[in-house]
Amino acid sequence: MAETATTLPPRPAQEAPRFELKSFLTRYGSWIALALLILVNLAITPNFATWQTLNVNLTQVCAIVIVGVGMTLVIATGGIDLSVGALMAIAGALAPLIFLGKLFPLPSPAVGIALAFVLPVLVTGILGLFNGWLITHLRIQPIIATLVLFIAGRGIAQVFTNGNLQVFNLPEFQFIGLGRIFGIPFQAFLMVAIVAAAAWMLRRTMFGRQILAVGGNERAARLAGIPVASVKQRVYLISGLLSGIAGLIVIARNSAADANLVGLGMELDAIAAVAVGGTLLTGGRATVIGTLVGALIIQLVRYTLLANGVPDAAALVAKAGIIVLAVWLQRQGQR
Amino acid sequence: MNGTMTFKTLQTIGRFGVLLALITLIVFGWLRYDNFLGTYNVLSVLRYNSMFALVALGMCFVIITGGIDLSVGSTAALGSVVAALASPYGAVPGLLAGLGAGLMIGACNALIITRLNILPFIATLATMLAASGCALLLAGNQSVSVSYESGFTELGQGDFLGFPVPAWIALVAYLLGSLVLNLTSFGRTVLAVGGNEDATRLMGLPATRVKAIVYLASGGLAGLAGVILAAQFGAGQPIEGVGWELFAIAAVVVGGTLLTGGVGSVGSTLAGVLLLGLIFNILNFENGLGWISLSAYWQSVIRGLFLLLVVAIQARLSVRTEETV
Repeated sequence: MAETATTLPPRPAQEAPRFELKSFLTRYGSWIALALLILVNLAITPNFATWQTLNVNLTQVCAIVIVGVGMTLVIATGGIDLSVGALMAIAGALAPLIFLGKLFPLPSPAVGIALAFVLPVLVTGILGLFNGWLITHLRIQPIIATLVLFIAGRGIAQVFTNGNLQVFNLPEFQFIGLGRIFGIPFQAFLMVAIVAAAAWMLRRTMFGRQILAVGGNERAARLAGIPVASVKQRVYLISGLLSGIAGLIVIARNSAADANLVGLGMELDAIAAVAVGGTLLTGGRATVIGTLVGALIIQLVRYTLLANGVPDAAALVAKAGIIVLAVWLQRQGQR
Repeated sequence: MNGTMTFKTLQTIGRFGVLLALITLIVFGWLRYDNFLGTYNVLSVLRYNSMFALVALGMCFVIITGGIDLSVGSTAALGSVVAALASPYGAVPGLLAGLGAGLMIGACNALIITRLNILPFIATLATMLAASGCALLLAGNQSVSVSYESGFTELGQGDFLGFPVPAWIALVAYLLGSLVLNLTSFGRTVLAVGGNEDATRLMGLPATRVKAIVYLASGGLAGLAGVILAAQFGAGQPIEGVGWELFAIAAVVVGGTLLTGGVGSVGSTLAGVLLLGLIFNILNFENGLGWISLSAYWQSVIRGLFLLLVVAIQARLSVRTEETV
């Protein structure tokens, strides 16, 4: 502070490179962290560079990323969706009820499987619309509006199944969670497709620009003629649909649907991935690819610790540290 | 002037709405079920819900400042584990240990939010994970049974003057909370910070310190709830407390406290906790009558519907006040 007066003239020259480094770090910090994590693992974790490691990590991260994409869009509008885990449970409870023929008689197993893919996702989509309706028409804050389904949603799933575990063995349906193409889990392809589509939409389409405008300054967006309510509705619809897909993946992977456990805590995992990925939590700036990277970082840290004999509970503490560090670093970059 | 008047009406409706609903529910239960207002039922409802009441009290203060504390559930779990580990040394050491663990997490929240300037939502999300991890580490991934010889379990299972000890603890906490919010300059600053933080700062009020204290208190109360949890069920439970934070938020909101901060009442929060707690109780009685058999799973559905009803009414009211202003 004291030397500002004397060193005033050369200051811009000194400041410029430091500023660039800062913005470089905020922009690519998560990529660097991911790269470092992979390098560290290659050095210390035995059998890291194998297909199996890749597949294990991809399988564990897919559902989080898919839900996280919806969450990114919701957060980009300045909202939040706490109901994602409960919606996963609803989709997960409905699908087996449908293909096991417990809800209505099925003309053929194939129809049952087709309906088990379509109907649960449709239902969670409608529930997502319901969230949007509460937020836009009743003007309830997103955190409270989605809290309603967070509390009631899992209960609905439990009431459907009476809290029982539904076990099944249906390879055609379970392809979404267990299937492989060229040795890579099918769900990873699904995840990449969803991430790519959402990233393209956010950057290149009118709807994407509208999402960011609403999150940046809602009043200005409204004055500029953007249909704010409709944009928000669609964002919560997307989040609901993606939660449904993630719910199907999780039950297919487990060959069982447990309404008490499917998607439990998913809202927090997804929000953490979004935050670490560099999306602004107050809305207006978002990166879908960042969310993917954020989820990979969190997953990889956990894997690194577990693979090196650190208990899972300690990995939770590490996760907390990563979240705080990442958000703090991003704040530094904004100054 | 008109604005403040309608604001006051809104507040009154919020406060009396929850009381009215609570009284309706109690009268309904009293008319419909035998023994609903019997000593045993009343005392067990109070005993069980005192943990939630403590957590909701801290949450109420945090929400009035315009923040949120997601860490209370796992802080309570950590508190219960630490208290259980300290329980062989007696009731007071157990109590202090649990309280201390809660205060520690509260201090972390306060530091991250006020020093690192991170949004309360994300800061407390992180400490939630950290507290949960610490609880699991200390407990070795299993529940820790408490000592039954040292008198520690009295904190959860005992009675004092015919009233459950945990209910006494909650009652004292609520009385203190109400006094602090309504009669002290600290309480007024809490309300001011939630109303407009920048204005509060410009008036020279210690906004940062007040925020820090509020998160500290919320952590401490959650730790206390953990002590009661351990004493009541005879074990420190590292995986308990999941979803408590959202239950507490729901209770605070049902009590008419606005999530935007600046408005709130300690007494209505207690009414909100009892309202949500009674739903479960009434469901049990209804099943006991034998007409219907609703599983325990219905309680979360009904709670969700209740929350929806209350916030929908609140939203209507606030839209109307906006129009009249």
